[in-house]
Amino acid sequence: MTETLLVYAIIPFIKIAVIVLILSGAIAYLTLLERKLVAHIQVRLGPMRVGWHGLLQPIADGLKFILKEDIIPSKADALVFTIAPAISLIPAFVVFSVVPFGPPEMFEGLLRWSLGWFFDSATVESVAQNTLASGGFITDINIAVLFVLSVSSVGILGIILGGWASNSKYPLLGALRSSAQMVSYEVALGFSIIGVLLVAGSLSLVEIVQNQEKAHLWYVFVQPVAFALFFICGMAETNRLPFDLPEAETELVGGFHTEYSGFRFSLYFLAEYANMITISAVAVTLFWGGWLRPFPNVSWLAFLGLIPPVLWFLIKVFLFLYIFIWIRGTLPRFRFDQLMRYGWKVFLPVALGNVIVSAGVLLAFL
Amino acid sequence: MEEEATILDSKVLEVNMGPQHPSTHGVLRVKLKLDGERVLDAECIIGYLHRGVEKISENRSYIKCVPYYDRTDYIAAVSNVYGYLLGVEKLMGIEVPKRAQYIRIMMTEFNRISSHLLWLATHALDIGAMTIFLYCFREREEILKLFEALFGARLTTHAFRLGGLWKDLPPGFEQAARKFIDDFPYRVDEYEQILTKNRIWLDRTKGVGVISGEEAIEWGMSGPPLRGSTVAYDVRKARPYGGYEEFDFDIAVGENGDTYDRYLVRLQEMHQSRRIIQQVLDRLPEGSVHGKAPRIPKPPVGEYYSGIESPRGELGYYIVSDGSPQPFRVRIRPPTFVNLQTLRRLVKGHLVADVVALIGTLDIVLGEIDR
Repeated sequence: MTETLLVYAIIPFIKIAVIVLILSGAIAYLTLLERKLVAHIQVRLGPMRVGWHGLLQPIADGLKFILKEDIIPSKADALVFTIAPAISLIPAFVVFSVVPFGPPEMFEGLLRWSLGWFFDSATVESVAQNTLASGGFITDINIAVLFVLSVSSVGILGIILGGWASNSKYPLLGALRSSAQMVSYEVALGFSIIGVLLVAGSLSLVEIVQNQEKAHLWYVFVQPVAFALFFICGMAETNRLPFDLPEAETELVGGFHTEYSGFRFSLYFLAEYANMITISAVAVTLFWGGWLRPFPNVSWLAFLGLIPPVLWFLIKVFLFLYIFIWIRGTLPRFRFDQLMRYGWKVFLPVALGNVIVSAGVLLAFL
Repeated sequence: MEEEATILDSKVLEVNMGPQHPSTHGVLRVKLKLDGERVLDAECIIGYLHRGVEKISENRSYIKCVPYYDRTDYIAAVSNVYGYLLGVEKLMGIEVPKRAQYIRIMMTEFNRISSHLLWLATHALDIGAMTIFLYCFREREEILKLFEALFGARLTTHAFRLGGLWKDLPPGFEQAARKFIDDFPYRVDEYEQILTKNRIWLDRTKGVGVISGEEAIEWGMSGPPLRGSTVAYDVRKARPYGGYEEFDFDIAVGENGDTYDRYLVRLQEMHQSRRIIQQVLDRLPEGSVHGKAPRIPKPPVGEYYSGIESPRGELGYYIVSDGSPQPFRVRIRPPTFVNLQTLRRLVKGHLVADVVALIGTLDIVLGEIDR
């Protein structure tokens, strides 16, 4: 009984709490990172006043957003207007329930040590052996990839609803753009992942990483096209430049969040960054070997193993975030019709071709 | 109305872009009729920045008018004052010393560079390239420092005086100017690296807002938008004024008359302006910078049209004198007012995002349009 309670309730709850806290902090500081990096790309300094080199800036910003007046336009649909930002933010967090950040035996030692204080050794042993409790993930489900795809597309509903409920013209245009963008890029995104699934033979993200370890090869080297597609479409999913058409502040003022202010606006703002982290984490898991160190089978590089797996995961995610920000500092924005053209006429055929070629090669040679 | 027919029989969406909008470069209001994202019609509504500069001029003495023209096209304040003073000097037959003429040309060309930099910055920002904005402002800052050193002000410079300059170049000015023009080509190369061959930039600007040379002339366009459409018309070459005939430079001309060509033309113009400044610095004569001008100018009865090439096109001052110390009438021909009227023609059939790009490519300044 205690065992079940521990494995299925108490330990997952602690993990969820810790991850949500860390993720919230990471999102807050990702905004600072972006401001700093973009500032340095643009030969300026970025935030410097609040704390050392602006380190307390995210906290100041958060406070400011909370203290601001929460305006609901009188013509807006109050209920939808109120919940839409949350719809946008929550899925980005939910995706992390299946993304592994460490190997299945990650917390074994910790569990043995900490539970040893309270329980008898048999319980401790069986809990520590259970990967659900000791693994570096909240849960490992066998349809994780589908779960990620379906949950992350819910996030865009928040944008559409928010734009629609504002009952204003610019947000409406932003929402329309967003839905068109979602439809055209979700498909290519899904197809790009199929390439990995074919090679990995599993839908569980943990198993996909483990298979990369067994194959001694990160899947990015097997499926480079799929990775490129995934990355581009992922960027389109997060509404980042050069795909930030739903916002496009120079065209649509603020796009879908024109009418939002204060804390609700900040939820949208955070959702964008949360999605960046999510997409980066999924990309790392699917293509860049998740928590694995580089060259897992090269023995003279074994010293790399001194860095714990979870740090490798974080380093890789950070690199992706850096690239996201770097691109924002470099590229102009696509136009709506161009975006659709690339989505349907370039990415989708390439993704389909990639699936067919991968499947053919696997069938013929393996 | 045929062109109002929408695909799928949907309703036409009317959107007010401006007067408060991040990309209308001031207080331009564009009434857009949209079918989804496609623009069916765009109506420009101006006048939000009208201050009656022309009327005010009729109640001021010729000299007191000058600061008002700083504030028409505030981004090219030097050019504006230059055009007006040339007209008054011509009316009165005032001789401007050589050194003052050269310095005037140099500062006007510096102003052209700074104006084009501001244009590039905001135009790129409208299309979404944020970094170029700050790169351009970095260089513009250097020019504004030069302005401050010579004129004592950065934006509304009150650059020149009747018959010459307020004072001669301050010490160290020539070195600073030389340093700027030596560095400048590398800076422009940086912009080109980010934009000129950028796939997205090409997609966003090529084939957007195409206007042929003949049509551009019919609309009365001038400046870079006209030259982008293959017409090599530059007032500095066509009707040289203030000593421009002594300097070598080429007229930058585009091929297709689209937004991309107008971008290239302006980049090229910055290089040409740099060439002129180089020549001025090399051949700067010694002497006084003060011409013989009366305290209270009273031009003889008559009228004169002084047209110059401002960074935005042909800027004209039509000055009518009735022999009194105040001008009877000063009519300003603002280049962007004439250029802006083509917006409606240019945006038809394009998308919302292109409206922003096209407002940017016309390089409008509302202070000048509304006066």
